[in-house]
Amino acid sequence: MSTQKQKLVVVGAGMASGRMLEHLFEAAPEAYDVTLFGAEPRGNYNRIMLSPVLSGEKTFEEIVTHDENWYGTHGVTCRFGENVTGIDRKAKQVHTAAGMTPYDKLVLATGSAPFIIPIAGKELDGVLVFRDLDDVEAMSKAAEKPGARAVVIGGGLLGLEAAAGLQARGMQVTVLHLMEHLLDRQLDASAGHLLQRELERRGIKVHCKAQSKAILGEEHVEAVLLEDGTVYPADIVIMAAGIRPEARLAVDAGLHVERGIVVNDAMVTSDPDILALGECAEHNEVCYGLVAPLYDMARVAAKTLTGEEAAFKPVETSTKLKVTGVDVFSAGDFSTGDGTEDIVYRDAARGVYKRLVLKDDKVAGAVLYGDTADGAWYFQLLKEREVVRDIRDRMIFGQALAGADTDPFSAVAALPDTAEICGCNGVCKGAITSAIAEHGLTDIDGVKQYTKASASCGSCSGLVEQLLAMSLGDEYSGAPTVKPMCGCTHHGHDEVRRLILAHGLKTIPEVMQALEWETPDGCFSCRPALNYYLLCAWPGEYVDDAQSRFVNERHHANIQKDGTFSVVPRMWGGLTNPNELRAIADVADKYQIPTVKVTGGQRIDLLGARKEHLPDIWSDLNAAGLVSGHAYGKALRTVKTCVGSEWCRFGTQDSTGMGVTLERLTWGSWMPHKFKMAVSGCPRNCAEATIKDFGIVAVESGWELHVGGNGGMKVRVTDFLCKVESEEEVIEYCTAFIQLYREEARYLERTAPWIERVGLDHVKEKIAEDAQGRAALSARFFLSQKYEQRDPWAEQAGDPGTRRSYSPLRQKVIA
Amino acid sequence: MSKSVYIGELEDIPRRGARKVEALGCDIAIFRTGEDELFALEDKCPHRQGPLSDGIVQGRGVACPLHNWIIDLGSGLARGPDEGCVKRFAVELRGSAIYLGPLIASDAAPEASLAVEAE
Ligand SMILES: Cc1cc2nc3c(=O)[nH]c(=O)nc-3n(C[C@H](O)[C@H](O)[C@H](O)COP(=O)(O)OP(=O)(O)OC[C@H]3O[C@@H](n4cnc5c(N)ncnc54)[C@H](O)[C@@H]3O)c2cc1C
Ligand code: FES
Repeated sequence: MSTQKQKLVVVGAGMASGRMLEHLFEAAPEAYDVTLFGAEPRGNYNRIMLSPVLSGEKTFEEIVTHDENWYGTHGVTCRFGENVTGIDRKAKQVHTAAGMTPYDKLVLATGSAPFIIPIAGKELDGVLVFRDLDDVEAMSKAAEKPGARAVVIGGGLLGLEAAAGLQARGMQVTVLHLMEHLLDRQLDASAGHLLQRELERRGIKVHCKAQSKAILGEEHVEAVLLEDGTVYPADIVIMAAGIRPEARLAVDAGLHVERGIVVNDAMVTSDPDILALGECAEHNEVCYGLVAPLYDMARVAAKTLTGEEAAFKPVETSTKLKVTGVDVFSAGDFSTGDGTEDIVYRDAARGVYKRLVLKDDKVAGAVLYGDTADGAWYFQLLKEREVVRDIRDRMIFGQALAGADTDPFSAVAALPDTAEICGCNGVCKGAITSAIAEHGLTDIDGVKQYTKASASCGSCSGLVEQLLAMSLGDEYSGAPTVKPMCGCTHHGHDEVRRLILAHGLKTIPEVMQALEWETPDGCFSCRPALNYYLLCAWPGEYVDDAQSRFVNERHHANIQKDGTFSVVPRMWGGLTNPNELRAIADVADKYQIPTVKVTGGQRIDLLGARKEHLPDIWSDLNAAGLVSGHAYGKALRTVKTCVGSEWCRFGTQDSTGMGVTLERLTWGSWMPHKFKMAVSGCPRNCAEATIKDFGIVAVESGWELHVGGNGGMKVRVTDFLCKVESEEEVIEYCTAFIQLYREEARYLERTAPWIERVGLDHVKEKIAEDAQGRAALSARFFLSQKYEQRDPWAEQAGDPGTRRSYSPLRQKVIA
Repeated sequence: MSKSVYIGELEDIPRRGARKVEALGCDIAIFRTGEDELFALEDKCPHRQGPLSDGIVQGRGVACPLHNWIIDLGSGLARGPDEGCVKRFAVELRGSAIYLGPLIASDAAPEASLAVEAE
């Protein structure tokens, strides 16, 4: 008897069977006559790449894995488009509409069927699934209609890939997801949330905790109705709520079936001549839905068919979401519990979230969002159960950096080309990087020369240096010399301010996340600075954070060395009246103020007030029309004046009136540091205007403006800025100067060191020479004053809750 | 904590902030961190007696408002080069109610305070 080949019948031309046949022909090309049945009218293809086919990034031809040529070479009889309807195990044959086919060995590789949630309207036209090429074609067709809407039920991998694909085809897409966050089986809440934000940014609507109630429509779908009454109009509905192993044939044939077709380690079912593999199979009570384990099954099944011993071992799986531009990776178990330890890394500038869960010094799980480059490495560590104690501290930064330092340029790297780097000269990132490339620039002077970036105030030079270093790599010698703001960050003050604007960062936590702060909530040094930078950057929008203010600004009074406070009411231009003086005297009596003193800035200081009395003191002072003097703040302090032309025989102008006007316009504004002004009515300069931040000296023909002076330990006489004629000009120059200082100086830098740093010429250029720029600065100042000019005393005293916070808590007696 | 006394509600203390409490015969500062942990220390900086309840809370530390000594909330010890120690008290959250307990002996393990659930 000639050695007749055995007959092998394979049901299902999918990913698992394709791989199995490859192994089989490799090991024993002549062992079997193979007949391959496939319900789909086509051969094996890479099903997982249907997602890029849907989005239009790939064609079907590109994802075909086995073509006619291959089947021909291996003598496979292809029966595509034929559904196997039954198995006769006694006669060892399978049935199709065309008749029966005998087998010696039978392989079931029927995959799974999409799970259709049992709701009203599920059988309407336009309710689709996402499983094979026909589904992709149906979806693509629906997307041709302009403005067509799709509702995807299910926010898992499949649903999101469908949603992204349909959106790429121009549909308006809504994703309904039953659970709290997307990809709830693959991601933790943080990553799920980031993913949702990204999809929403792309225009996909996401509705989590959505309980679908019914699909509405006559014949064709029209909308989806949720339990909460929400209705989403739809031209098509994609059911992506899960899959069920396709085991109907096996059930009918009386094989052992639980959730899937039960197989042993060798992939053999309860019938020794029938094997099963792929998604339809159940091994050790597990059904798989990803290709990696199915490929292992394929190897084992091929061996079993050739009589070799082999056993399938369950493996860890990892998943990635295949949506272009959205990188998501997850593997293992990332639920925290006893003995687990979390390592979290965020880099919001790049939209990155990474979380590793360690257990017993080994990787137990990994969730990566935004940067999945190291997914494979973590997965490796996880699978190999490697002890990671030695690289623990650095491993979150990825394999390349596990032993090195973090990338200090990531925030700049993440900026779009259009982000403005040099505010003075309006130079954006793209202009700088292309100039570096085009002209082969190697240092900051070159950049200055070609782009003007950092040629003015210089505050952006740190960023320009980083761009140079980024573009040139190792060739760049002038490593960034920026001094970090504090130990919480490697960024300097100027960069932080610029990045706040460039990235549109609007809260302290946002800044810390985006700029990779190294401490959870900053420190006493950076928090007040950030609070100031944000309120300067976003007037009217930023909500001041009291807990990020030094005690004086938090309590609107000056703390003294014994823990009591001093209170200084404002006196406009140093003017007061009997009424105000009486109120001050009454307050001093009533609250037993031990010391009352006149200050150097021509105000009255009530020293030694108890903290719990502050709100009452303010209420009393407010009642007499007195407001906060901001003597405690990095803010406009006082405008000191001399008596001027009204009384003084030398006075040339009304210096008191000018002082009052300026103080009324500028009080309440927060600044990098304290800011003092003075107006003298003649060059004798009785108001000491030339040691103030902004000093005005009246002369016969107008007003001389002086800037950058201060008293204190190191007295600095002002620099002469320019001379102007009218009162309006004084106001514009003064407010423009304040705004320039507010925008350019570093927190806690007074005008004197600031001007020495940027140069008087820079200030002159901005204030004296550039009329348009000056007007704009002044306008920005007044805009911010619209929000900042409020009396904090009245606000604090007016709110009962805030009032209470000035008093200590006391032990309460519970009845 | 049998000897603990009710002193107020969690919301009485701002997050990343503190509040002074007059109880047990002295001034005590109760701190609430960004993570909503509570700590209680005597309201007196070991340097020059600055009121710690007026400082800036950073992580599990507070910067004294007078000269920026950093006091560790868990141990009551000054951080960095400074040397000094503040008395610690037990503090506990029951629901949203804050209970202040007795002085913690200085040789007891640091971090005796209680982490609390976020609201
Ligand atoms: C859009 C999409 C994206 C995916 N992305 C990924 C991914 O990124 N990563 C990943 O690991 N996995 C992914 N998967 C899952 C992966 O494709 C499946 O796990 C894999 O295809 C299962 O292989 P299989 O051979 O078991 O089943 P299938 O590939 O589904 O093949 C089964 C075949 O059997 C046919 N069949 C069923 N019953 C009969 C019958 N009675 N007679 C004849 N033929 C029959 C079916 O028509 C089908 O063609 C994705 C799936 C889809 C749909
Ligand atoms: S009193 Fe606390 S730092 Fe000086």
